[in-house]
Amino acid sequence: MTAPLLQVDDLHVRFPISGGGLLGRGRRMLHAVNGISFSLAKGECLSIVGESGCGKSTTALSILGLQEPTEGMIRYRGLPLAGPGAPGRMQRAKAVQMVFQDPYASLNPRQSVRSSLAAPLRLHGFTAGSEIDGRIEVMLKNVGLTPEHANRYPHEFSGGQRQRIGIARALILEPEIVVLDEPVSALDVSIRAQIINLLLDLQEKLGLSYLMISHDLSVVEHMSDRVLVMYFGQIVEEGGWREIFEAPAHPYTRRLIAAIPDPEKALNTAELQDCVSDVPQFAGRSFISDGSTAPDVFTAPAPSELVEIGASHKVRLASA
Amino acid sequence: MTAPLLDIRSLHLGVALGRSAHHPLLKGVSFQIMPGEAYGLVGESGSGKSVTSLAVMGLLKRPLAVSSGEILFKGQNLLTLPKREMRRLRGNRIAMIFQEPMTALNPLSTVGRQIAEMFVLHQDKSWNEAQKLAIDALASVRVPNPDRRAKNYPHQMSGGLRQRVMIAMALACNPDLLIADEPTTALDVTVQAEVLRLIKELCAERGTAVLFISHDLGVIASICQRVGVMYAGCLVEENETRALFDTPRHDYTKGLLGALPRLGSRSQHGRQRLVDIDSIIADRSKLTETRFIAPRGIEGSQP
Repeated sequence: MTAPLLQVDDLHVRFPISGGGLLGRGRRMLHAVNGISFSLAKGECLSIVGESGCGKSTTALSILGLQEPTEGMIRYRGLPLAGPGAPGRMQRAKAVQMVFQDPYASLNPRQSVRSSLAAPLRLHGFTAGSEIDGRIEVMLKNVGLTPEHANRYPHEFSGGQRQRIGIARALILEPEIVVLDEPVSALDVSIRAQIINLLLDLQEKLGLSYLMISHDLSVVEHMSDRVLVMYFGQIVEEGGWREIFEAPAHPYTRRLIAAIPDPEKALNTAELQDCVSDVPQFAGRSFISDGSTAPDVFTAPAPSELVEIGASHKVRLASA
Repeated sequence: MTAPLLDIRSLHLGVALGRSAHHPLLKGVSFQIMPGEAYGLVGESGSGKSVTSLAVMGLLKRPLAVSSGEILFKGQNLLTLPKREMRRLRGNRIAMIFQEPMTALNPLSTVGRQIAEMFVLHQDKSWNEAQKLAIDALASVRVPNPDRRAKNYPHQMSGGLRQRVMIAMALACNPDLLIADEPTTALDVTVQAEVLRLIKELCAERGTAVLFISHDLGVIASICQRVGVMYAGCLVEENETRALFDTPRHDYTKGLLGALPRLGSRSQHGRQRLVDIDSIIADRSKLTETRFIAPRGIEGSQP
């Protein structure tokens, strides 16, 4: 087995909330990410799913270097990407890039497409104008735009075209890992299909690894190779897309899947469901909270473990 | 056959551009909603779903204006109704739930008071009585600790709770028609499922008809009995929900159904390329001229 491209070990991110007394006593901490570990292989699409506030975006920000982890290790090709010994921003930019959710907010309205795309190239040492133009032209073609589009400004484009520009900007430095933060949820239904198709094409063509953050499980099922289900800062289930969608083991995963309004399901079952009861129990253990009551985020959760229940399928159980 | 509750007849609506110019947004939309029926309108942004609902509520503001057509509610044309009459109807017989509860609720007033206002305005209750009714209304939408929650301001509540408050307010006077414009788009999936179930159950219990607007076909399928598909200001297809999903007949409907990944389809058929609506409909401007497809094969051109 080849070494993973990205390896995250026991990542913790805590945020101080409410100041506390003198010397920081009585300070309350919010455990946004609570000891998560996973790896991302080359060419793979790994999705992190969970509801708002479960820590999926914080995890992604840590990998991008935009949020310093409190504890834990993030390695890219065996080398640390965060914490002591981490490379600078410039190095990291060549390894990991991000496509943002809202293409209306994430492009500078005062920069033409060309200057948005040329800036990172210049920063990374490309000086020849012809080479910069050449790369921009290739990239615009890759994302389904034409070289003439380079001279226009963001307001001249539709939402779908803007997201294409966002993708072009993420890919211009040829990163190996692309973080997709809800890449289609701000787009109209008719545009979503085009962007999903484009992302899958680019992944194949350029050998990209995707780390996708989403709460739209039908998109996740369509695009992912593996899925992590997060709940209140922890991974509660991890597995290939087949395991997660065909045989979800954790009650929270089942709840998430049951909650998707799907036309087929809605027409074939009389009632909207929000929980499936026939959860297999593992000997002598129980699952951590099924999501019907929110756990206390201020105190660290009871020790629990991820247990392997299949070849690449893990689920979190509460300690006995 | 019973008379329809809401009967929209050939509604034309547009934006006024200067004195004489006029840009059409709705080009002759007609549909009917029966008492107690849940009717869904789907379509992409700009297809005219929301302006249709605003027209029914009488909330169109300049430069938006209806140019022709009729909106009959219980046989009464809402477009010619005096403002005073319309105000009496709105919130009382026709109520609406909006997409973003944070902007639709008044941040400076407790939710209990905002719900109570409905009873004071429309049912001539005293404020004291109305406050008690408001607590009952909160309980009916399954807000835990309704008496304590009634004293909360909107910012003290989560998105799901705020949307429940909106539903409590909308259903306070037992309206005949509830208009829900993308009520769950801003919510998390698990909360969305709860809110949808709440709307479905409460409206079935009270016999309230629903006009449900969404771009999410899954949401529409779980709530509505009949669906109308809108595109570029026209209703392009209308059918019973089951039939529409099983045998879509208009190209645009087919495109819409194939454009989104469906849960479980990858494990059944493997990963298939999603349909690109633009490639199906080569020329979007021509689509508006296509024929309206009515249920059960009765084809006729849109009036």
